[in-house]
Amino acid sequence: METSFAWLEIFLNASFWVAAVRIATPLIFGTLGEVICERAGVLNLGIEGIMTIGAMVGWMAVYQGAGLWSGVLLAAVCGGTFGLLHAMLTVPLGLSQHVTGIGITLLATSLSSYVYRLILPEVSSPPRIQAFEPLEIPGLSSIPIIGEALFKQTPLTYFAFISVIVVAYVLYRTPVGLAVQMVGENPAAAEAQGLNVTLIRTGAVVCGSAFMAVGGAFLTMSAFNAFFFNMINGRGWICIALVVFASWRPGKALLGALLFAAFDAYQMRLQQLVGTEIPYQIFLMMPYVLSILALIVMSRRVGYPQALMIPYRKGER
Amino acid sequence: MRNVVKRSEIDISEKQAAAEVVLRLRGITKVFGSLVANDDINLELKSGEVLALLGENGAGKTTLMNILFGHYVADSGSIEVFGHPIPQGSPHAAIELGIGMVHQHFTLADNLSVLDNVMLGTEPLWSLSSNRRASRIRLEKLGERFGLQVNPNVRVAELSIGERQRVEILKALYRNARILILDEPTAVLTPQETGTFFETLKKMVSGGLSLIFISHKMQEVLAISDRVVVLRDGRLVAEIKTADASETELAQAMVGRNIELPERKALKAGESVLKLKSVTVKAEDGRAALSSVSLDIRASEIVGIAGVSGNGQTAIADLISGLFEPQSGTMELHGEVVNNFTPRNMLRKKVGRIPEDRHSQGLIGDMTLAENSISECYREPQFSSYGWQNHLNRQRFAENVVSKFDVRGYSANSPVRLLSGGNMQKLILGRVLSGNPQLILANQPGRGLDVGAVAYVHEQLLVARAKGAAILLISEDLEELLQISDRIAVIHRGRLSETFPRESISIAQLGLLMTGQQKSSTTNNQSTEADAS
Repeated sequence: METSFAWLEIFLNASFWVAAVRIATPLIFGTLGEVICERAGVLNLGIEGIMTIGAMVGWMAVYQGAGLWSGVLLAAVCGGTFGLLHAMLTVPLGLSQHVTGIGITLLATSLSSYVYRLILPEVSSPPRIQAFEPLEIPGLSSIPIIGEALFKQTPLTYFAFISVIVVAYVLYRTPVGLAVQMVGENPAAAEAQGLNVTLIRTGAVVCGSAFMAVGGAFLTMSAFNAFFFNMINGRGWICIALVVFASWRPGKALLGALLFAAFDAYQMRLQQLVGTEIPYQIFLMMPYVLSILALIVMSRRVGYPQALMIPYRKGER
Repeated sequence: MRNVVKRSEIDISEKQAAAEVVLRLRGITKVFGSLVANDDINLELKSGEVLALLGENGAGKTTLMNILFGHYVADSGSIEVFGHPIPQGSPHAAIELGIGMVHQHFTLADNLSVLDNVMLGTEPLWSLSSNRRASRIRLEKLGERFGLQVNPNVRVAELSIGERQRVEILKALYRNARILILDEPTAVLTPQETGTFFETLKKMVSGGLSLIFISHKMQEVLAISDRVVVLRDGRLVAEIKTADASETELAQAMVGRNIELPERKALKAGESVLKLKSVTVKAEDGRAALSSVSLDIRASEIVGIAGVSGNGQTAIADLISGLFEPQSGTMELHGEVVNNFTPRNMLRKKVGRIPEDRHSQGLIGDMTLAENSISECYREPQFSSYGWQNHLNRQRFAENVVSKFDVRGYSANSPVRLLSGGNMQKLILGRVLSGNPQLILANQPGRGLDVGAVAYVHEQLLVARAKGAAILLISEDLEELLQISDRIAVIHRGRLSETFPRESISIAQLGLLMTGQQKSSTTNNQSTEADAS
């Protein structure tokens, strides 16, 4: 009898929730960054590569002696630089956002490996760094389950939650947020109101890319404490899907990232429970299958930014 | 940021002082490739004046105004506003100097609220908050003052076309526009809406604004303006005080040549060709619904359908083109019920289709004239056999269409996208009429064409009618309908009125039917005003 309910008992275990929030953190950053880019009308498929760059740069900086927060900042700056490259190609030049984005991902991923090998040519297994430690919020962390899941995380996780609130506020409550929305909905209208469409789109892509890179940096600076090849492992692509799931809203992006991470954490525990009777790849597939199902249900009534993926050229009708 | 001109100093009372020149264009020239869109244009606008800019499609009106508003940079020439030279290529500078523009294709974001659309760009970009309350109050006051009430909180997507235009005007007024450019503002309005719109314009002029009114409709220009400037082929060809202007004089200046309007001979209608019996279609994919539409068109007859766009015209056209089948009701061709609603079946039954949008539905821009000319009949044995195309026949056919229908400018092997709108329409006409159709669906055949091209299209439709074709003419241009139709019906919210012989109905009556009224009791503005309060 006991084993038949074990699949439910996973939910009562605080470590499950802690893992879910931890797994969600890079997805929150990535999705948030992609939301900012796409709200301004630019699809950024460079996300996978930009996360890789963020992961490598943040970790490498700390390994070379920089402080943890300087590492995060450096990762954000490098991510922003690749965002700037993407923006330059897609906004003023109006190139295909798909092709450019895939190019950025390939370039950034290979460059990360190259720089890694350049700096550490002899190393066989990547060195570990002294990473971010969990930071308990006094009082709140003693709430059962919720407290442990939400208030015993590393600082970058708190930063992710705060970022969601800040981005939502900026997007919906400030003039610059309105401008970002407008260039993604109707750039001609933005220009007719005297705004510089190129500048706003570029700025949004740079800012969004910086968030993506911080998401990557979380993996090497808060989770695995080292940089491996192929460590982003499709997280960037998941973020692209989560943006649609979230209907381009920061709050829903947080929800989507948590939901996906919970599936992921759950399947890992389920694997251990079931053992070798079922091939473990089935469980690895589960979060992705569920995310496709969720997309089908959710994206039926989404209002995507009207000018998404449409280059804007001034003076062209 | 706002140091260019202190508009607050230009008080409304100053307007009476003198008819000072508020805007001066000097020697504006703009060339696109080999096309001279504006050729050395000089223009002055006086305070409190309504200046009409008249000209055919492609005469250069919109280009000139886009230069003024900073969308384009002129190749040469200068602009002065209130005595200050204005830097070109910057809408921001134009707005700061008090120029507002109501674009022909509204520049609004459908998914954002009215207030968002109006407020955009009015606050410093990096301020940490935004004073939406004050802005809402200011917007509502402006709306009240000029009779432009719109609910600031609704999404633009939920507004009617007339209301969207109000938002577009409010955007300019909100930014203290002193000079307002209106680009073909009445093109989207019903005759009744145009009436209220003109009232608004008068309020704006008495409130101290100067207006530039772009149009190609002579009656409107005569009704609203103080002075008329006529553009033709990029040149300013006439400048007349409206009081001294006559319609024929303006028409002559605008077209620059005599256009012979096609003559419509009385013909006896033959047998029924198309019969719709209580056809009902659900709304889908942004297409309006049809409820219980009945219609009968006979041979040698042109039946017109009038209506504001989006009331079900597309559904009727798509139905007859065979793009979908009705939920209930029947469609008969020559007394035979149609069961197979596919475009191919309709073509086989000799239905010729002139689609609403030449670019997206009529032609394939990157394919050649020849390929486009046979795109509806490429399966016929003369063009293809055993899966092989017959290039020689295709070439002959295309050259025949090109010469017979006077498609100018390019050879049969050039891509279609190079053609002007008028020549594209001629090619489509040629393709349709070469198949000797017995029913012709002409959906907005004159839209966006110059007077000469429209006359040609009408003439060809009348020729087809004389040959015995039944023609369904869908149009938003009432004059076009009254010119060549034998009978006219009005569509409103998916319901089609009975047909009226064109001799027995006037533009005013059609206008009323278009707003869904049988008698002139109330105006439809009341409902929207109630929404806004």
